[in-house]
Parts: sequence; structure tokens; C-alpha cells
Amino acid sequence: MNSEPLLLAAPSGNRLELRPEGPWIAANVAALETLSRSIGPELSQSRAVTLDMSGISALDTLGAWVLEKLSRQAAASGRPADIVGVADQFSGLLEEVRQVNRYTPAQVVALNPILLRLNDLGKATIGAREDVTIFLQMLGALFMALLGVLRRPRSLRLTSLVYQLNRIGFQAIPIVVLITFLIGAIIAQQGFFHFRRFGAESYTVDMVGILVLRELGVLIVAIMVAGRSGSAYTAELGSMKMREEIDALSTMGLDPVDVLILPRVAALVIALPILTFIGSIAALYGGGLVAQFYGDMGPAIYVARLHEAISVTHFEVGILKAPFMALVIGIVACSEGLRVKGSAESLGRQTTTSVVKSIFLVIVLDGLFAIFFASIGM
Amino acid sequence: MPEPHAEIAIGVRDLVVGFGRQTVLDHLSLDVRRGEILGLVGASGGGKSVLMRTIIGLIPRRSGTIEIMGQPISGTHDRSTATIWGILFQQGALFSSLTVRQNVQFPLRENLMLSQELMDEIAIAKLEMVGLRPEDGDKYPSELSGGMTKRVALARALALDPPILFLDEPTSGLDPIAAGDFDALIRTLQKTLGLTVFMVTHDLASLTTVCDRVAALADGKIVAIGPMRELLQSEHPWVRAYFHGKRSQMLQHEMR
Repeated sequence: MNSEPLLLAAPSGNRLELRPEGPWIAANVAALETLSRSIGPELSQSRAVTLDMSGISALDTLGAWVLEKLSRQAAASGRPADIVGVADQFSGLLEEVRQVNRYTPAQVVALNPILLRLNDLGKATIGAREDVTIFLQMLGALFMALLGVLRRPRSLRLTSLVYQLNRIGFQAIPIVVLITFLIGAIIAQQGFFHFRRFGAESYTVDMVGILVLRELGVLIVAIMVAGRSGSAYTAELGSMKMREEIDALSTMGLDPVDVLILPRVAALVIALPILTFIGSIAALYGGGLVAQFYGDMGPAIYVARLHEAISVTHFEVGILKAPFMALVIGIVACSEGLRVKGSAESLGRQTTTSVVKSIFLVIVLDGLFAIFFASIGM
Repeated sequence: MPEPHAEIAIGVRDLVVGFGRQTVLDHLSLDVRRGEILGLVGASGGGKSVLMRTIIGLIPRRSGTIEIMGQPISGTHDRSTATIWGILFQQGALFSSLTVRQNVQFPLRENLMLSQELMDEIAIAKLEMVGLRPEDGDKYPSELSGGMTKRVALARALALDPPILFLDEPTSGLDPIAAGDFDALIRTLQKTLGLTVFMVTHDLASLTTVCDRVAALADGKIVAIGPMRELLQSEHPWVRAYFHGKRSQMLQHEMR
């Protein structure tokens, strides 16, 4: 028996007799395609076609479809093929394949590319408005939940709050310390390197102190928390949404904002200032080490210079921003989590959106605060 | 000439599977004949899915042999397994980032060299064979109903025309009409394509109408196997409880 499929064409007078032989199965698909393509011209020239199936040793859906296509090609040019010699075990399959691919669905007409761009732009604009609405709704819901807790302090989910504080606060300390320490060290190194040319090395300490306390400490920590904890919130709430856990909560008469979102956002609002403080200290420490080993400035001088350069105001400016940034990160993370739809893909997309959006908003917020503090003279 | 075990599609001998200290399957032996539909019943958590997943190599076995079409299998996955069996997972397990058509084409694309045109035609052919419309090919899995998901998953499982089809609770979560249609579909496809079907199910109606033989799994062993009629006569206490409980009685009464 043949292990390769064959298609024998025997023209007899005006009649073309096709004899497929061997295994017409998916494993031989490349050969089958070549065979059926090469017979095309002969098929369209002949007057009548006979398809003799008796030589086929094995047949599956793919092979049956290729044969069916041959017979349809013949039929399309007005010469229906006579099919003979079909073995019993293949007749059902051939019959089945005869029914399929009979009608092609209407093609979707492609739009003008410019119109498509405009369409996308319009959708994005409306989407942005929706984002703002959702943000404000979540802010309002959180505020109402907070009022509820203030009225009945017993209703605060203390266990959940402590658990989240541990997870996003305490467990984040090592990585926050490491990163801010390195940032502080790098800033100090750059300061010494460039200020040395003007003989202004001692001002490096001013730069490190003010930059870290006012801007970088809180910004770096907020961005890290958005990436670390914001994404975790979105993924958690999103998978809870997918598995209908949030619907289950609602039907039990509980508000998901009370149970899930308030403890999470509150934990962020409490943890971020603490992390900012720890991070800023680590950055100043990093700057101090660089001052000693790279800038030839002893710890005593570093601390003394720092004392002169910075005031409580600088610290306040930094730390005051932290809770607001935490609120933005929390609201974005939770509302993106609740927007997850049924599929795993949407969970991934919403998590990415959450991180990107919260980092963007954190930086915008930092800019607004800079203007605000400048205008009140802090 | 026929080999001694040519009639056996899946042969399981002395299979032991366990997790930690717990032994789920205890020296289990089972033969699935070529071209039959075998239904597997068992208590929830009793190891039905474990048996199926062990045969298809997702769970490692402690001892025993598994032969597919006379060939012992090692438990590792390579591309060739895709041409031996198709698997319909309970939740469909469709790839959510691909459209229905791409899902059905996936095994074809990965295993064969064929033109996009032929691949599209085959995918549509498969979708129509499982009772879907060509338009459904452009939908994403998240847009499908439960019954449609199962049909697409079946089309994907059958993409390469494998000789063996594994079904994990194919009718669970379907309404009786859809479940009945699905049973009929499996019957038709099994006849047309000459499939061997291994079906894990709790659906007494499918057991009665579709399965050629039914195997009962209890205490990690196959305690009874045979046509539904014989299983109803079985004296094993668990099997009696399963088929002669109130729910089963009601159903069988209706059928008589």
C-alpha cells in the first residue's frame, strides 16, 4: 500500500478520470495541496470528470475537504463530477464534508483609514471622559464609605486593613530602602563630580537634601508602590470580578467599596507617607556614604551641612504629597480592577493600564503640588 | 495482520497515582476499545479527572503502564501527541487572545505546513461540523455562550482528526436541550470520523444515550465496566448507590 498520496489523472476522450490513491490525511497535507493545485488546469479543460475514490487507503476531514474542493471546482465550471467507488467507511465523512463551506458570510467592508483614525480619536476622547467620571465616582464612594466608618467605627474592616498594611507597607520596606539608597548615592556622586569644577562641592549636600526631601523621595516611592502594590490590587480585584466574587458580595448586601476597596486604599494612604519617610532617610544615608568615600566629606560635616541646608518645610512638602499620591494610586488601581471583563487578556490589559495611569497621575500631581507650594511660598 | 491488542485504543495497567501520602488511583486497569464511546463515572473528587489527566500525561504516575494504540507513552509531551488525541477540557480552555477561527487553526498551524487558504477552509469546515456558523469564527472566546464554547473546544480538539477524543464533563453547565444536542453531535462525529471517545461525565442521560460502555471508578479502582444495562445490575454498593439513588431512579423511570 502507498505511504504517499497520489492523484492519477487518466484522460479518456473528453472525460477526465481522477484516481486519488494512498492516504489522504492531514499528515500529508503539503503533498495533497500540490497534487490538487497541479490538477487544476486539466480539470478546467476537460468536459466531464469522474472521481474514483476506490484507491484511497485512509481519509480524514482534511483529505475529504481537498477532494470535495476538486469536485466543486469541476461543478463550478458546469461539469459536475461523478463520484464513484467510495468505500463504506469513508462515505459518512465525504457526505459530511459536502455540507460545509457552502455559504460565505458577508465580508466586513474595511473603512477609510483616515475615518478609522478619527473614529479611534473620538472613542479615546469619550473614553477619557469616562475615566474621569469613574475616578470621581470611586472618590465619592470612598468618601461615603469613610463617612460610614466614622459614624460606626466598628464597621471598619480592621483585619483586612492590617493585612494590607503588612503586605504593601511592611513587606515593601526592603526594596524601597534599597532603591532610594541607590538614588541618593547616585545624586550625591553626580553632584560631587560636577560641582567640583566650580569648587562648590559642599553645595552637593544642599542639592541631595532638598531634592530628596521635596521631590525625589516621595516620587520614587510612589512610583514603586504604584508598580508593586497598585498592580497587585488591580489583579486581585480583577480576578475576583472574573470569578463573580464581587457580585456575590453585593448580593449579600455588602458594599464592595466598604469591604474590599476602603481597607486597601486606606492602607496605601497610611503606608505611603511612612515609606516615603523611610525612603528619604535611606537616600540621605546613601548620599552621606558617597560624601565620605567619594567626596572626602566626613559624616560630621555632612550632617552639619545638611542641618544648615534643609528645614522642616522641605520635609513637610515631601511628606504632605504622599497621602494624595497614595489616594490616586489606590483609586486608579481599584477602579481598573473593577473594570476587568471575563477574559484573562482583559485582566492583563487592565493591570497594565492601572500601572501606567497611576504613574502618570502621580507625576502630574507632583507638578501641581510644585506650583501650589511655590505660590504659597513653601 | 492484526496485532494482539489492535482492538485496544487505550490500555491502562496497574496504574498508581497519588499526591503526597494520598493515593488516588490504586492499581487501576482499564481498556478502551477502538471505536467505542466509554463513559467514566465516579464520585466527585474520586479521581476521574486524575485518571484522564494521567492518561494524557498532565499528572505523573507512580507506577503502571499506559498504552495508546498499542504504543506505550512516556508522559512527556511532544508535538506528535496532538495528532493522537484531542482533548475537550471542562471549561473549554480556549485561548482567550485568539479568535474562534484562530483557536481551531492553532493545532493545524503548529503541526502542519499548509496554505492559509486551506487552513481557513478547514477551520470553517470544522466549525460547521460542530454546528456553528462561519460568522462565529471571528468572535473571541469571551463573547461565546457556554454551549458555543464547548462546541468550539470540540472543533479545536478535532482539528487534526485525532483517533482518540477525551471529553471532560462535556455536558456540564449546558441546558438539557443543548446537552442533548451535544450528545448527538458527539455520536455523529464519532461515527463519521471513527473516533474512540473517552468521556468523563455525571450526566446520566449521556451515559444512557451515547456511551457504548460505562466504567465506574470507586476507591481508586474500576469496580464495574460494561454496557449501561450491565452496570445497572451491578452489586457493588457504590455503583448501586450511584445508579439506584433517587435522582437516577427518577431518570431511568422516565426513560422506560
